[in-house]
Amino acid sequence: MVTTVGGARGGRAPGVADARAVAESVTDPELPMLTLADLGVLRSVDVSAEGAVTVTITPTYSGCPAMDAMRDDLRRGLSAAGYSTVDVRTVLQPAWSTDWITPAGRAKLAHHGIAPPGEAGRRAPGPVPLTLQPRARRVACPVCGSPDTEELSEFSATACKALRRCLGCREPFEHIKEI
Amino acid sequence: MTDDSIYDSLADEHGGDARWAFGTGFDDPLSGVDTAVPDGVDPGDVAAYSLMLADDALVMSQRLTEWCTNAPELEEEVALANIGLDLLGQARLLLARAGAADPSLPRRLAPDLPHEDALAYFRGPADYRNVTLVEVDNGDFARSAARLLVFSTWRLALLDRLTGSRDAVLAAVAAKGVKEVTYHRDYAARWVVRLGDGTTTSHERIAAGLEATWPHVAELFASSDIELRLAAAGIGVDLAELRGEFDDVMAQVLVPAGLPHPVIGSTVDNGGRSGRHTDALAALLEEMQGLARAHPEATW
Repeated sequence: MVTTVGGARGGRAPGVADARAVAESVTDPELPMLTLADLGVLRSVDVSAEGAVTVTITPTYSGCPAMDAMRDDLRRGLSAAGYSTVDVRTVLQPAWSTDWITPAGRAKLAHHGIAPPGEAGRRAPGPVPLTLQPRARRVACPVCGSPDTEELSEFSATACKALRRCLGCREPFEHIKEI
Repeated sequence: MTDDSIYDSLADEHGGDARWAFGTGFDDPLSGVDTAVPDGVDPGDVAAYSLMLADDALVMSQRLTEWCTNAPELEEEVALANIGLDLLGQARLLLARAGAADPSLPRRLAPDLPHEDALAYFRGPADYRNVTLVEVDNGDFARSAARLLVFSTWRLALLDRLTGSRDAVLAAVAAKGVKEVTYHRDYAARWVVRLGDGTTTSHERIAAGLEATWPHVAELFASSDIELRLAAAGIGVDLAELRGEFDDVMAQVLVPAGLPHPVIGSTVDNGGRSGRHTDALAALLEEMQGLARAHPEATW
């Protein structure tokens, strides 16, 4: 849906493609190298005939405090781009998965020293299995590239990350854990 | 957008240099979500049920945050705080779901506040519906690990079944929660095995921690009337259904930990769900609610 609206700066009417470009460029306040598009939380951008923008996003973790900042940044970015009415809506289902982080987003994470997630995949039917040993993950060190790394904790500075250490270069690093 | 944007946007929202003090300034976590209650179900029941699930998460979260600056190692402090944050997020969604199902509830408590704030900060202990397991004091690290294992094993089994709820909001909150609590349960289970299979002292501590937890376990499987009604309506989960999975998972942990499986009574007074709590809850709420009650809608 491409709808043109009046009232934009510079004489050009912003449409849904422009709104999408603005929304996609908003970044995660806690992972500022990633845009909302890279992260896979931006679900839809629509512009009504009257020029009102509706953006739909999905939360990463239930308690992620970055969601409020993302909503604010979306409103401010779209307002600055000439949209007078901006509605940021939440959609809860299907639940966000790290599998939705784009290839570009994964490359940016690795470039900034954060190991991207492996595949979360789908769970087999039946009760959620208990995992008493650290999960067998192959996570390459984002600093030296060594595949020889170990997990220190499945929790780290933000809800989405685990803490690891490289047994090659000895550097600690963070890893986006699969969810 | 710069790294500073989060602070800029908060200042923009409240004008000048004001910053939010507690919930003020947060968006409704269900903004834009269809919160209509399914046909044929009493919205009051859905609200009450959402409160039960919210209160379990909120009170457990508050206990976990008490470990901030007190945990034995920085990594454990970060882990416990993250688990608390996940549960706080679940609580916010569920409190908002309760308020959307029955807006008269938060309106009676604090008409000018967001539903989640009114429900979290302006109910006294008798109106909280959490199971008593989550409200008792942390004790030492082993006791906290034991409680977290019991809680997350129970909640994961509950949320996993709730993903099939006819209430789309509860189903969605549960689907996300399952992913989160899976990590919480693994964390607690690994600590219980490590302590049980560790030194004489660590074994004694975790055994004592579990002993202190068992008196609160039978209550986890005793549904209130509301839970039974909503389970029959395809909205909620009958807690009695969770017992088999709970026992299986506990055995998977307690055997390698070298710890005995508890004898859990079958008859119980479901105190927490009826608002009958231990004194520990009143003290916890006093700390959690003090600022919000003294300075409603405070900014700084």
